[in-house]
Amino acid sequence: MGLLTFKIGGIHPLENKMSAQAAIEEFPLPTKAVFPLSQHLGVPAKALVKRGDTVKVGQIIAKGEAFISADIHSSVSGKVAKVEPVLDSSGFRRESVIIDVEGDEWDESIDRSPEIIKECKLESSEIVKRIHACGIVGMGGATFPTQVKYMVPQGKTVEYLIINGVECEPYLTSDHRLMLEKGEELIIGITIMMKSLKVDKAIIGIENNKPDAIAHLSKIAANYKGISVVSLKVQYPQGGEKQLIDAVLKRQIPSGKLPIEVGCVVNNVGTAFAIYEAVQKNKPLIERIVTVTGKTVSKPSNYKVRIGTPIISLIEKAGGNMESTGKVINGGPMMGKSLITVDAAVTKGTSGILLIENEKSKRIPILNCIRCGKCTSVCPMGLEPHLLSIISVNGMNERTEKERVMDCIECGSCVYTCPSGRPLLDNIRLGKRNVGIMIRNRSKK
Amino acid sequence: MGLLTVSGSPHIHGGLSVKKLMWGVVIAMLPAMLASFYFFGLGALKVTVVAVLSALIFEYLISKFILKQQPQLQDGSAVITGVLLAFNVPSNLPCWIIIIGALVSIGIAKMSFGGIGKNIFNPALVGRVFLLISFPVQMTSWPVVDKAFPMGLDAITGPTPLGIVKEGLKNGEPMSDLMNQVPSYTQLFLGQNGGSLGEVSALLLLLGGLYMLYRKIITWHIPISFMGSVLIFSGIFWLIDPQMYVNPLFHLVTGGMMLGIFFMATDMVTSPMTPRGQIVFGAGVGIITIIIRNWGAYPEGVSFAILIMNALVPHINNFFKPIRFGKEIKNGK
Amino acid sequence: MDSSIINAIITMSAIGVVSAIILFFIAQKFKVIEDPRIDIVEEALPKANCGGCGYAGCRAFAEGMVKAGTMEGFFCPVGGNDLMKSLGPLLGLIPEEKAPQIAVLRCNGSIKNSIPKFEYDGDHTCSFTTNLTAGLGGCQFGCLGGGECVDACNFDAMYMDPITNLPVVKDNCVACNACVLACPRNILELRNRGPKDKRIYVACMNEEKGPLAKLNCTVACIGCNACVKVCNFDAIHVNNFLAYIDYEKCTLCRKCVEVCPTDAIHEINFKPRVPKVETEKNTPQPKEKLLVVEKEISKSDTAEFEASSNN
Repeated sequence: MGLLTFKIGGIHPLENKMSAQAAIEEFPLPTKAVFPLSQHLGVPAKALVKRGDTVKVGQIIAKGEAFISADIHSSVSGKVAKVEPVLDSSGFRRESVIIDVEGDEWDESIDRSPEIIKECKLESSEIVKRIHACGIVGMGGATFPTQVKYMVPQGKTVEYLIINGVECEPYLTSDHRLMLEKGEELIIGITIMMKSLKVDKAIIGIENNKPDAIAHLSKIAANYKGISVVSLKVQYPQGGEKQLIDAVLKRQIPSGKLPIEVGCVVNNVGTAFAIYEAVQKNKPLIERIVTVTGKTVSKPSNYKVRIGTPIISLIEKAGGNMESTGKVINGGPMMGKSLITVDAAVTKGTSGILLIENEKSKRIPILNCIRCGKCTSVCPMGLEPHLLSIISVNGMNERTEKERVMDCIECGSCVYTCPSGRPLLDNIRLGKRNVGIMIRNRSKK
Repeated sequence: MGLLTVSGSPHIHGGLSVKKLMWGVVIAMLPAMLASFYFFGLGALKVTVVAVLSALIFEYLISKFILKQQPQLQDGSAVITGVLLAFNVPSNLPCWIIIIGALVSIGIAKMSFGGIGKNIFNPALVGRVFLLISFPVQMTSWPVVDKAFPMGLDAITGPTPLGIVKEGLKNGEPMSDLMNQVPSYTQLFLGQNGGSLGEVSALLLLLGGLYMLYRKIITWHIPISFMGSVLIFSGIFWLIDPQMYVNPLFHLVTGGMMLGIFFMATDMVTSPMTPRGQIVFGAGVGIITIIIRNWGAYPEGVSFAILIMNALVPHINNFFKPIRFGKEIKNGK
Repeated sequence: MDSSIINAIITMSAIGVVSAIILFFIAQKFKVIEDPRIDIVEEALPKANCGGCGYAGCRAFAEGMVKAGTMEGFFCPVGGNDLMKSLGPLLGLIPEEKAPQIAVLRCNGSIKNSIPKFEYDGDHTCSFTTNLTAGLGGCQFGCLGGGECVDACNFDAMYMDPITNLPVVKDNCVACNACVLACPRNILELRNRGPKDKRIYVACMNEEKGPLAKLNCTVACIGCNACVKVCNFDAIHVNNFLAYIDYEKCTLCRKCVEVCPTDAIHEINFKPRVPKVETEKNTPQPKEKLLVVEKEISKSDTAEFEASSNN
């Protein structure tokens, strides 16, 4: 049987899943926690605490008031030291709440018992409210506020809930370990999501380089109605929601539309687990699984980390050698962001910390484009990166828009494969930005 | 701890480089090159060495003193041009003509457009065509492959199989007679193909092509559509009148066909970049080749056909876009 | 002979006459009456087509001015007041006089003043890097050193200083606004050249609080209000911890330059100060200013630098 995968393009980078066998470890409490108010896609949250306030674990410290925004909760207990701009993992100074940790006092409403609660008594709308109140965002890395996905617009019906357990990024294993160790909770989370969306079919897509996770989840899913596990061929970027829907259901989302257009809602396995904890245990999103890995890390590990912990402490615990490290990446090697400073904090979207050795931290020298067409053949969106790159740099915005630059999902496959080492994605991002400004100006008129 | 490096994603690279691609092509050309040494003797060796060396020297001089760039000799593209040029000329060609050919190839067809990646036409083919129309006599006196004494230096010259057929048909000789004058298909396929250096053995060229396909230096699109269109288009005429038109298989194994299919038409710089465009390109080259071979003035048409299609590549790139994601909504199964 | 020749002559002449009549009427119908003064004005303009006047080119500018019938709001920054004065009699209009301007770089975050906090590898276009990270020195308001302004300059009036990694505006700047539009961080500003090219401005765009700004750059404006207090002409205002000097009100008294604790206020083309007798005790030691480098390079070393950069 041919394994399922998406149709257009794709690459297969070296997997390098060095931490796949490392069980999730509880990471010790930090002494100081930093919470940037913009940990999610959309409008930054507004701080509710000020200097000198005492907070408990799970207490809300910032409110996301806009439609696309998310609340932020404290993951530690202690005193608010400062509310000021701090250089965070985005590379810019952003308003952040800094808390000095004192003890570990939890909010009383949070159920900290280890037992698994299977039944969910809440109504559909109540579940969405709970997801909103717990500040849950997409845990795959894009950090899109989850409650927005669950407010299905009028006239649209959801047929399938698709759970993304693909983890197509090389090196990262946080989702893999989560599926192995928290399988039961995760599946219950999926049933809650199904109840909220009022769908009876859920599909978990997992790449077949994780046979243990596929077997484990299939066994558990057999006890629940409507949940199936699909094994997918290893190919990057299968974790992109458009590619995943194409791989699982053979439906392609039209240009510029959302998954709801083809009757799907896509969520990460991490999100499913977070929803389980939020709904059944009333625990806001204050912890996440982070993979710390790389060639210069002596002990690649998966940690369960309180959000707000400085990244440097994770690197130290995992035995990272900063002397021979030239680049630290927040996320995976293909789509992650390189950090300016390792003092930045773990945020809701930090799925991994990847250390890259000195020799590999620089790009290969830029040569002339030899028009080999490899970028075109690997582009999962069927675009022509070489062309988009040139017309973006030359500011031909109308042409760039016509060549569908806005479809680019910035997966980086083109740069990965380019033999001339050209900065295709850098240029395309510039083009996307310019076209975005152009479209916004047009709609204003 | 030094400063951290920051750049946009992605942060890893697949390891493919221009150098690897180009030297891969050179490796793929080796078997056919060695075969040409075997069949045509020292003359072939001399032609190849002169062509490669002069291509390298011209590339170095032009990029250093005229374009004022760092010469990129190590990327191997000049070596490819040199070898391909040698593949396209007879083994008894005087050195000075080869040097002129290399100058035209590198200087006019490649560097005047701005160097690697910028040229419109395949440099080696421009050089070959330039020589063909400037020095027609020297360029068309083909040494015959001497079966008894393969290392012979002063081989006798004679027409290529394609030339025999062309002349014969013009003089009204029947096809069956002509077929007796040329070597058998097996011989042609294995390496009894009189003509230019690189045309000698279809089998070894095929081998090199398969190697490039295996290494993913080229994709199947251009070779298959080229071959297919040659077979179909010439097959139609052969079925109509086998006495007037040659067997499609004969077309495939003679002349520069295999060389063109795997090494000339698939040149990355001068071929389209989308799979659909590549298929159109290959089909176009095949059809033009057969038109020239059947009705043109020259017995061989591959190089002209490729150059004509090279000129159309920008349009092909514009017309045949890749299949976009989500163009058609497919709901259900 | 004949009739055929005569016939031919007659036919040809007839066709000629008929065509001429048709052409005449068509020409009459589609005649475009254009003011001849437009051509005269266009001829007088510098024809740089830089767009500094706000019009698409010199022709459009000439057309606009002649049609408007007034010179109010029309100003060619390249030709300056001299040109506008010469155009006045041509059109019988009174030209608007404007103070000559020059582009000014409101950032002094050179490699020395704002030490790089990381290395950057990738596409160096300013408009791309501005969204990827803060600048090399960590300042998210300052110059990125990508040189998009230099590329935008049509008059060869800018170059990148290889030592400071900042662009330098040369004296032949015509204030066409191209660099101002090109800069994604809006660091460049058109300011009055001032009498004898003397001018004073705040060379910083940082809107962060003082301590945060100082973390990234030693010459940042920290919004301390010292200059505001010392200014007698209400020319300096601090908004978002950033001082701005209004060049219309500034009298070039240089008091603010003296009090600025971070040397963020620059004075250009003034005479060197006479070393003061130790009257002010706690005057901080002035830091090495980019300004000095800027002046030297723009005056004497320009030709030399250009000669070396051309190789």
